[in-house]
Amino acid sequence: MLPSHPEPAKTGSGLGGAAISRGFLIAVVVGYLLVLLAGPLVAIVLEAFDQGLAPLWAALTQPDVLHAFEMTLWISLAAVLLCTLFGTVVAFVLVRQRFIGRAFLNGLVDLPFAVSPVVAGLMYILLFGQQGWFEPWLEAAGIKVIFNWPGMVLATTFVAIPFVIRELMPVLQAVGLDQEQAAHTLGASRWTTFWRVTLPSVKWGLFYGIVLTFARAMGEFGAVLVVSGGISGRTETATLFIFRALDERQQVAGTGVALVMAAFSFSILIVMELLKSRTQEAAQ
Amino acid sequence: MTGAPVKLELRELCKLFGSVVAADRVSFRVEEGELLGLLGPSGSGKTTVLRMIAGLETPSSGDIFIDGQRVNDVPVQERNIGFVFQHYALFKHMTVFDNIAFGLTVKKWGKREIAARVQELLVLLSLEGLESRYPHQLSGGQRQRVAIARALAPNPSLLLLDEPFGAVDAKVRQELREWLIRLHDDLNVTSLFVTHDQEEAMEVSNRLIVFNKGQVEQIGVPSQVYEEPATEFVARFIGVMNILEAEVKDEKVRVGPLEFSVPGEADGKRVQIGFRPYAVKLSPDPAVFRLRAVVKHVYFLGVAYRVEIETEGGVVLRSRLNKEEYREYPYQTGQKVSFAVAQFRVLPRDEALVSEH
Repeated sequence: MLPSHPEPAKTGSGLGGAAISRGFLIAVVVGYLLVLLAGPLVAIVLEAFDQGLAPLWAALTQPDVLHAFEMTLWISLAAVLLCTLFGTVVAFVLVRQRFIGRAFLNGLVDLPFAVSPVVAGLMYILLFGQQGWFEPWLEAAGIKVIFNWPGMVLATTFVAIPFVIRELMPVLQAVGLDQEQAAHTLGASRWTTFWRVTLPSVKWGLFYGIVLTFARAMGEFGAVLVVSGGISGRTETATLFIFRALDERQQVAGTGVALVMAAFSFSILIVMELLKSRTQEAAQ
Repeated sequence: MTGAPVKLELRELCKLFGSVVAADRVSFRVEEGELLGLLGPSGSGKTTVLRMIAGLETPSSGDIFIDGQRVNDVPVQERNIGFVFQHYALFKHMTVFDNIAFGLTVKKWGKREIAARVQELLVLLSLEGLESRYPHQLSGGQRQRVAIARALAPNPSLLLLDEPFGAVDAKVRQELREWLIRLHDDLNVTSLFVTHDQEEAMEVSNRLIVFNKGQVEQIGVPSQVYEEPATEFVARFIGVMNILEAEVKDEKVRVGPLEFSVPGEADGKRVQIGFRPYAVKLSPDPAVFRLRAVVKHVYFLGVAYRVEIETEGGVVLRSRLNKEEYREYPYQTGQKVSFAVAQFRVLPRDEALVSEH
């Protein structure tokens, strides 16, 4: 359920100065939302259906597009898996352990927010690409990272990893150690305690982080563009396809894919609103 | 001490947090079946000691013995201790049933045995009908009882309770105290509880250990700790006490018009004289007692009255009257009275001395 917005209190004293300025503020906010958020959405819908349903369907079912969707889905799922595993470990260590350099590491977590995804992609090229640091070993093992899916997963993971960590940390903090210690006194091992006590009590926070990660991973463009090379039908994701389609004036295909992505994002938004109330409940 | 086997023994237990000494050479023994109160102000180390017994905290030095076995290196999971946390620490995502059953499922009890044991505890703690509720659907008193039931379920050899009644209101507090006493009578499981409330400690425990600044100040039955405080700290911490300080001269201590004879005390030594309010006898008749004072204030305490008086020399003392005494003569502020101190003690650091006036 989307949060219901409280009805503004009615003032019985007619149009005072306060009422006017409040009305003005509301107009600004509504106008902003319409022009900057709802407007583009409407534009995409109109543009995608411009020539009717049949051409849109044809555009969306061409092999390149299907492959791009598939690529996006698999890359995102892989990145979500990595982000969840590493993010959970990092969040636990940052909340529970006290060590030298903890504050620095805590700051480092936000690095992907600050660094441009294109720069992140470039860093992976420098590490794994031609003449990259790890290239000799990878070459010997026959693994191709750059211009291939492993590089795309790595780049997407880099960009999306802060979400799980940042969502999980405050929940872990709020839950505290008491329940875990209670489990220990009742004879539960650390492993049992983690699965039966800790994880269930932070599950909504973790799930929220995973949903955000998934949304971010699906929409990633810059980092993936750099490491994948955007090879059509091979390393092209949905966002890369939109970019190419617009470049090649495939208006319907481009906006069609964009529409699917927007619809996906919108559903994620609804899921997140649903989860928010759960996480707040759990944090109490 | 009743001569029952020793259940728990601490020897010279110390705990340092950085440079802060939380527990300082704490030694005591607990016999099988005791209900022992660890009493002290916050930060006096009592909770740290309790957590070390449970294995939730590692001692810096010293030994812990349970049933004669040194358990310092036994992990918390294997100590078979029931621990009731100050803020319940119930598993919020589990029902009351699952909370109580947790320790049993961990120990791989059979389904039927678990159901039977949980049912037994639900009855014992008057929680019947609440088994499918979640902790947030319970009152404070119910939560605390679930916490106790959960701790008792696996038949612990020792029950430890950290400020068990700290987080509930006064009425529920009283109920829970009676619960704990009755439960202890029924099950006879050796129990230690931590509290900062001296009244609670007095009422609930068979024996008391008074803590201050990480050290044990006194160990004894409640009446003994109350009547014969071993140190000035205990005297001030437990109950209300009039404490006067002066130098000894000719084996006497004089404070305003009051005079206390202290045979055997050396001249020039500063001593503290302590006496409970009930030892201050009052009379509205100026001829009954030798000393004179004026009533400053009368406090109604519910079960009794406390009368604050000021002597001629400006010494303020507190007297306690029971309801019958007060009904016999209701003292008023500003009234002249005569009084006497029936009994007092010199409050020593080391030796205690009782003397009749």
